[in-house]
Amino acid sequence: MNSKTEEVLRKDIRKSYNNKLIQKFINAGLEEIRACINCGTCTGSCPSGKRTALRVRSAIKKALDGDESILKDKDIWFCSTCYYCYERCPRNIPVTDMIIKLRNIAVEEGYILDNHFDLAYNVFYKTCHAISAIGENNKKWRELRESYDLPSLPPTVHSYPEAVKECQKLMREVKFKQLLDKIKKKKKKDNKNIK
Amino acid sequence: MNKSALKYGFFLGCVIPNRYPMIERSIRDVFEELNIELIDLAGASCCPAPGVFRSFHILTWLVIAARNLSLSEELKVSPVTGCNGCYGTLRDVWYDLEHDPQLKMKVNEELRKIGKSYTGKYEPKHVVQVLYQDLGLDYLKDYIKYKFSDLKVAVHYGCHIIKPSIKRPWNKEYESPTFLDELVELTGAKSIDYKDKYLCCGAGGALRSGFNEVAADFTKEKLINIRKAKADIIITCCPFCQLQFDLGQKEVSNIFRDEIKKPFTIPVIYITQLIGLSMGIDPNRLGLIKNHNIKDVSPFISLDPFLKLIKKQLI
Repeated sequence: MNSKTEEVLRKDIRKSYNNKLIQKFINAGLEEIRACINCGTCTGSCPSGKRTALRVRSAIKKALDGDESILKDKDIWFCSTCYYCYERCPRNIPVTDMIIKLRNIAVEEGYILDNHFDLAYNVFYKTCHAISAIGENNKKWRELRESYDLPSLPPTVHSYPEAVKECQKLMREVKFKQLLDKIKKKKKKDNKNIK
Repeated sequence: MNKSALKYGFFLGCVIPNRYPMIERSIRDVFEELNIELIDLAGASCCPAPGVFRSFHILTWLVIAARNLSLSEELKVSPVTGCNGCYGTLRDVWYDLEHDPQLKMKVNEELRKIGKSYTGKYEPKHVVQVLYQDLGLDYLKDYIKYKFSDLKVAVHYGCHIIKPSIKRPWNKEYESPTFLDELVELTGAKSIDYKDKYLCCGAGGALRSGFNEVAADFTKEKLINIRKAKADIIITCCPFCQLQFDLGQKEVSNIFRDEIKKPFTIPVIYITQLIGLSMGIDPNRLGLIKNHNIKDVSPFISLDPFLKLIKKQLI
């Protein structure tokens, strides 16, 4: 938190915004959200809001009001994290971080797009890359590497199985793997989905 | 300072090695030509990607990034990445942990379980930052052999190389930085103005993987503006932006074919592919001339119009 934010917080923190959702922001060190005056600079600066239903101002207001419907709203996944709202906020609130935190809370509750779940579970946890070059499907990419005089697999986790194990251990230690397993079960059972 | 003694840990990420290996080749070759040592960070993983994995679980993002940073600490060098997404992650985690000792302790507790630790002693850098700040234009200009004076370039910065500006090394300039334009113009090319030049490509923030057609809508807007300004080529400093402009250009031409009338065919290359060429590095190695028969791989948009334009200046 920088000094300008601290000043704003001292002066104008809105303690009346107090609910389960806001408590999660405060616990994560993001109390700045309570300094929001809903001016709409974020929405005005948002290139995604120009073409989608994402209204950052409204998403933040819903969080402040404890309206948990925002968690299953697909709009919060339209943010491209360009950071214009973060830079331009007159109250110096790191707005993009608030959107990211909202997404984290949504995922905790099991709200995640199928594509994103698949990427986390079947690509990231398994290979520790987000885009992989292993497997039969990716043969052409290994050949492309070779055509540029590079080893068919890069010197990353792809070449070091023990490094994959290290990353997977970390993901279990911080309970990310367990969260994904829980979501997988839930997805099967009640097809809980984002609207 | 003896600039030829510089060395860095090369953080590859995912998109560069696994989809745009010609970018990896061009960074390695340009740095070698400049006598800068790149040491591979053996066993590095995904940064993790700030749009997707940070959105899913911040703590996972922090500890995996700290593990990656610890790899370069073990070699006592700064990590350097060519990807804005990786730069965003490595730099933000580095900054955030420096400003939150408790969080740093918590992250170290986790790292200890795999026998690693993190101090934060080494600043994560971007390839462009090394070229522009650590070396500088004055130093680089001595290496330029060919100048492309007829070339009109649309520069695309992407978002995470400049923002959040408080966590970046550009004196908090985020509305209209010029460092990438200056690097491009070092090669004699002209960086042209176009509408909303600093607009996002649309790929980041989990948007491409979540809602591809929304990402494509961003890209369409940029491409329309770039075509209007009559640019010959798009220069990026991020492989994910490059993918979005390259493969995405095909997607845009398909999804919006009625609206845009004529399909887009603007070549897209990475900054070290351009600089490498002007330094006299073999265009085959830089990925500018197709040197294989592999189908359905990058680049998806032909670079031939670009090569035709600059051919005279290479002879």
